[in-house]
Amino acid sequence: MGQLLLQMLVGTITSLKIFALTLLFALPLGMLVAKGRMSKNRLVSKLVNTYIMIMRGTPLILQLIFVYFAPYYIFGTSYDRFTAVIVGFVINYAAYFAEIYRGGIQAIPKGQYEASQVLGFTKVHTFTHIVCPQVLKRIIPAMGNEVITLVKDTALAQTIGVAELFRVAQNASARQFSTMPIFLAGVFYFIMNGLVSKSFDVLEKKLNYYN
Amino acid sequence: MSIITVKDLKKGFDGLGVLKGISFTLNKGEVLSIIGPSGSGKSTLLRCLNQLENVDSGSITICSDVMVQTDEKGLVSYSDKKILQTVRLHLGLVFQNFNLFPHMNVLRNITEAQMHVLKTSKEEAEKNARRLLNKLGLSDKEKAYPCQLSGGQQQRVSIARALALNPEVLCFDEPTSALDPELTGEILRVIKDLAKEKMTMIVVTHEMAFARDISDRVIFMDDGLIVEEGKPEELFNNPKNVRTQKFLQRYE
Ligand SMILES: Nc1ncnc2c1ncn2[C@@H]1O[C@H](COP(=O)(O)OP(=O)(O)O)[C@@H](O)[C@H]1O
Ligand SMILES: [Mg+2]
Repeated sequence: MGQLLLQMLVGTITSLKIFALTLLFALPLGMLVAKGRMSKNRLVSKLVNTYIMIMRGTPLILQLIFVYFAPYYIFGTSYDRFTAVIVGFVINYAAYFAEIYRGGIQAIPKGQYEASQVLGFTKVHTFTHIVCPQVLKRIIPAMGNEVITLVKDTALAQTIGVAELFRVAQNASARQFSTMPIFLAGVFYFIMNGLVSKSFDVLEKKLNYYN
Repeated sequence: MSIITVKDLKKGFDGLGVLKGISFTLNKGEVLSIIGPSGSGKSTLLRCLNQLENVDSGSITICSDVMVQTDEKGLVSYSDKKILQTVRLHLGLVFQNFNLFPHMNVLRNITEAQMHVLKTSKEEAEKNARRLLNKLGLSDKEKAYPCQLSGGQQQRVSIARALALNPEVLCFDEPTSALDPELTGEILRVIKDLAKEKMTMIVVTHEMAFARDISDRVIFMDDGLIVEEGKPEELFNNPKNVRTQKFLQRYE
């Protein structure tokens, strides 16, 4: 039993690492993608749009397999599975975040930009101090959904052989002829997502001081 | 002494002329009202002055800084960024729908530009903001957020925000049009007080009685042109142009 729990703890840590690293890279990258999508340069916006369509239009599980195996077939070298998982998750989630950011940015009234311009703010100051805080408030519900999905999606890392929590639980189940480990994993995802929703609720309340 | 000189300003959207050759000057301490039917180009004119729109041709000079000019060959050239910023700060603009920053409280709405554009210290900026709030009767509102204020209060905050940068000229684009009728009075009173202090102003308005009351000069615009210009007594009592007469009849 102690052994099982230890294994599951290691799996949990792997899952949490996937979760945290994906957010760390995909949150800022998503903003870059959103900017590219809204670019006045038609070529840039077309290319970025194609990327977003592929990321949203194909299964994440397929993307993970592609990210891991494509370099092997093309260059004849393979690389670390965990790195592949992070790359796969980051490019997928950046696309989803980008669309959420874009919706938020486009919802900011033109008057906010005009007032900023008339007051002499730089473009950067307008973006960081006027636009972004308001975008943040608008996108919290959609971001909450996406981050909850991410928690559950971490289970897909096993498709390219990364032993995250769910894989560990499945293996243990098979060994012990018991569904207990899988049930335990379920409890973990449930608690983790409880924390995620709670955090988003808190953030939403914190930003409720205006509307 | 002329603070604003506009010469033969033209501006169109998608090939459709909206300003068809506007020329006027504004002197220091003068209050100029612009009246005219909706769609005549009044907002576009203010937006060109405030660099929210690029002109197609003509010249604009503000406080002897050239914002844009057009040479004999018709080549339009805007001044470089630094001069444009100087010119921009000569003017303040009060919008019809306020455009306050909803995520900042009243004080921050007024201090933000002072601190980040004029690089005023926080203490100085807040002192200045409180002085303006006091003047506009909003002393107890500095911690409030725009959504907690009435339309009239929001518009007063936006006037304070514009004044905080010490503009040479304050422009108003229908400052009372988004307000309930019972709230227009408080804004008109503020503008009137500013006029008494010899603040140079351009006021686009549909409040004819108000325009007649505060203006040193009135411009009547129609279809992208200045149709008539004169002292308020003349323009309102003895309009010379038929279009002006027709327009004013609607307000009798
Ligand atoms: N950004 C724009 N794009 C296209 N047409 C515009 C734009 N802004 C204003 N117009 C047109 O220019 C004309 C004058 O508008 P405006 O300056 O707002 O008039 P006013 O303020 O006198 O009512 C209108 O016909 C309007 O439709
Ligand atoms: Mg208008």
